[in-house]
Amino acid sequence: MITNRITASPEELTKKDFVSDQMVKWCPGCGAHGILRAVENVFPKIGYKKENFMFVSGIGCSSRFPYYVNTYGIHGIHGRAAAIATGVKLSNPGLSVWIATGDGDSMAIGGNHFIHIIRRNLDVNILLFNNQIYGLTKGQYSPTTPIGSITKTSPHGTIEHPFVTAGLVLGAQGTFFARVLDNNISMMTEVMHEAARHDGTSVVEILQNCVIFADKTHRQITDKEVRDDYQLHLRHGHRMCYGKNNEKGIQLKGTKLQGVVVGLNGVTIDDILIHDQHEKNPGLHRMLGKMGPPDLPVALGVIRSAEFETYDDMVEIQIESVRETSKIKCVDDLLNSGETFEVE
Amino acid sequence: MSKEQTSKVRESVVIKFVGDSGDGMQLAGTLFSDTAAVLGNDLFTFPDYPAEIRAPHNTLAGVSGFQVQIGREKIFFSGDLCDVLVAMNPASLKTNLKWVKPGGTIIVDSDAFNEKAFEKSGYQSNPLEDGSLDSYKVIPAPISSFTRSSLAHCNLSGKSADRSRNMFALGIVIFLFGQDIETTFKFLGRKFKNNPSVREINKIVLSAGYNFAETIEAIGPTYKVPPATLKKGTYRNISGNVATAWGLLAASERSGRPIFLGSYPITPATEILMEMTNNKSLGAKVFQAEDEIAGICSAIGASFSGSLAVTTTSGPGLSLKSEAIGLAVMTELPIVIVNVQRAGPSTGMPTKSEQSDLLQALYGRNGECPVIVMSASTPANCFYYAYEAAKLSMEHMTPVILLTDGYLGNGSELFRIPRVSELPEIKPPMAQPNDATYKPYKRDPETLVRQWAIPGTEGLRHRIGGLEKTDIYGAVSTDPINHQAMVNIREEKVRKVAEHIPLQKIHGDTTGDLLVVSWGGTEGSVKTAVREMQKEGKKIGHAHFNHIMPLPRNTRNVLGSYSKVVVCELNNGQFVKYLRSEFPEIPCLQYNKIQGLPFFTGELVEKFNQLIREVQS
Repeated sequence: MITNRITASPEELTKKDFVSDQMVKWCPGCGAHGILRAVENVFPKIGYKKENFMFVSGIGCSSRFPYYVNTYGIHGIHGRAAAIATGVKLSNPGLSVWIATGDGDSMAIGGNHFIHIIRRNLDVNILLFNNQIYGLTKGQYSPTTPIGSITKTSPHGTIEHPFVTAGLVLGAQGTFFARVLDNNISMMTEVMHEAARHDGTSVVEILQNCVIFADKTHRQITDKEVRDDYQLHLRHGHRMCYGKNNEKGIQLKGTKLQGVVVGLNGVTIDDILIHDQHEKNPGLHRMLGKMGPPDLPVALGVIRSAEFETYDDMVEIQIESVRETSKIKCVDDLLNSGETFEVE
Repeated sequence: MSKEQTSKVRESVVIKFVGDSGDGMQLAGTLFSDTAAVLGNDLFTFPDYPAEIRAPHNTLAGVSGFQVQIGREKIFFSGDLCDVLVAMNPASLKTNLKWVKPGGTIIVDSDAFNEKAFEKSGYQSNPLEDGSLDSYKVIPAPISSFTRSSLAHCNLSGKSADRSRNMFALGIVIFLFGQDIETTFKFLGRKFKNNPSVREINKIVLSAGYNFAETIEAIGPTYKVPPATLKKGTYRNISGNVATAWGLLAASERSGRPIFLGSYPITPATEILMEMTNNKSLGAKVFQAEDEIAGICSAIGASFSGSLAVTTTSGPGLSLKSEAIGLAVMTELPIVIVNVQRAGPSTGMPTKSEQSDLLQALYGRNGECPVIVMSASTPANCFYYAYEAAKLSMEHMTPVILLTDGYLGNGSELFRIPRVSELPEIKPPMAQPNDATYKPYKRDPETLVRQWAIPGTEGLRHRIGGLEKTDIYGAVSTDPINHQAMVNIREEKVRKVAEHIPLQKIHGDTTGDLLVVSWGGTEGSVKTAVREMQKEGKKIGHAHFNHIMPLPRNTRNVLGSYSKVVVCELNNGQFVKYLRSEFPEIPCLQYNKIQGLPFFTGELVEKFNQLIREVQS
């Protein structure tokens, strides 16, 4: 049983309650605009008091986010949003803490904090803007840039193997992982709401377009011609079907996932896997998180949402239990504890 | 002959226990100190241990020590040379002989002085027989064999029995100092209250050592250090690291702000982190971060959220935290950074003390990045300076770097226990809910301090961050005039803290030949040297600084009041560089030592006498 310590809003909130008066300075056409829209949509629905929302960020285009939404916010330093957020949440578990970060911020310079916040399962929500490029420094490759890409620092093509975000998150024992596209605001809104409801670290990877330095970087799955065959929209309790007419599905064959067509080669609808996002064993979630073109579609939606104790809750519980048994109730007690002696 | 007739009464005595790490020297030393404290002596201890946890047996690298000075007057440091050395093996004798006073007493475990051990420690011949110790009073005691035979009835293996050798040695020392063995029994009882068999074994061996010393006639005169005349009150022995943790806890309670500590273990600061985790009953939230950067960043987050936020570290860790300190300066959030300094650069000598992070604390960040820098100067006053660091940080909405060092952190002395209600009030500038006039960077016109508006508070939603902001409103700005103004405001805000710290004192006359200046952990040794010379009638004074940025308001007058000023530091001259830049008109001389060792009274007195002779000639 995990205790949610965030106060509910006494009044109905609307989008207006979260719109900032600051000029939004992202490039026209940047995927971040859609993410901001989704956040403005979902925050009033979550139902917490508006003062209890808090945005934390590091550095990068994504990290300007706190200035553009009307909540408490801190724009930190490069890679450290997860560490700052840890202090915010532990100090005040009554806050709904959101991290806006990018692929470089969270998986290069901030990689250490990223895996550790996930491992601890601190109850925060991470919006990870993955545009596979360094935008703010103008176009160098990032840890998720596909191998072979030509960028400002890889004129002959990158020779680094990229991270698959889901693999890193679930490898770090992530309890919630979802993947969405920046052009699907309704799906983002829905998934962010699920992230907010999840107790523990929720990572929402947003496949984002950078119009300037990595335009159409996700086109392998977003282009009109391919998207039906390369997007699998997961829903808990539903079969993993995709394709223009939902005729395709994911089947587990031996230890591998396979894309199959229902009705072909004796495959029936019963052979298609049913998505269980709450399954504690992450095995299948890892496979779903890592699948992608050319053989398989990319899984979108909530891939994993499993309940485990949260770090912030355990911190509170431990303090309460020590308080109950300890004889030391105030600092005067502490100062006079153990070996002391009187001088007359 | 009875004991009383042969006791030598002494004002103070320095004793050092040395042996292999794992020989229990820290425990023996602690029990001896605690016993002395109960009998009314003032004391100051310092453990001297290697970085290796268990270096190879009987080697020079594995020598661990514990030094304590006890006295009838106020003791300011753990002492220069020791009157009594207890050496459990040849390696520890070899590395520590140079710290024994000529004519001092050396107690050795004669069983440990064998060919194999000589070879490992590099002795060509047996020092107990070759005459090299003729100028000392040597007590060879068969500690290993007598420990084993005293436990013959306990059915222990030889190896298990050997673990109690330290108690045999301690028994000898307890006798030598005429201390009450019953008191030591009590401490042993508490130390091993959950392990009665170990407690009994230790008691047996302790008594055996005591009886051995009483029995053999070779032990010679015993030492007697009469009780100290301490101010009335309740006392305890406390180390600097524990005092630091407790001072911060007291500040949290007094200010009403919950305490948050985000730290990564690092020698010699880890003990503060460990001590804080023991105090969850006081609501302390302690986060063992994944690295030094996460330690300070979590503290910054906790500070924004309204906690008294702290991170603790040592030199290399402070380097890692530099960028984040800049963020705290820019966001004007309170945070206390404790740096328990050690010998650098790089990994340096982790278990040895030094004062070489001062310039890093003052200037080691990008941009114009002022913070309050202050230092503690004795193990016990770490409590008060940690408290003051927290008070200044919260009341002035600024990071504070509190410098202690390995010598203070691990050293211990008697601490007169205060009441929390007697400590100065702490009033953080909290913003009030729904204050329509609230602006993130609106300031108190006197102090230039902005308000602390905590997330969750109604009606105060705002954003802060590392980008330059406009004054008052806090909007992101690259306006040139605004930047200059903000740089100046941040500097001025920290400078103005000078109005809220005490004036600098001089110990001695207001004028004279030589003013000795020191800061941080050297107070005890410098004070002892100056006092010795003042007793001889020399015109010498001592100004020991605890506040460095800002300096006390009267610093210029203090420095200008003597014919000569010499700044003594355990580095290559960092404070003196700073004083010269602040007061270029005052010529400051310097005296430095950078060996991972404290100052010795003798070397200071010699230097000061030389400088006074120069003034007079």
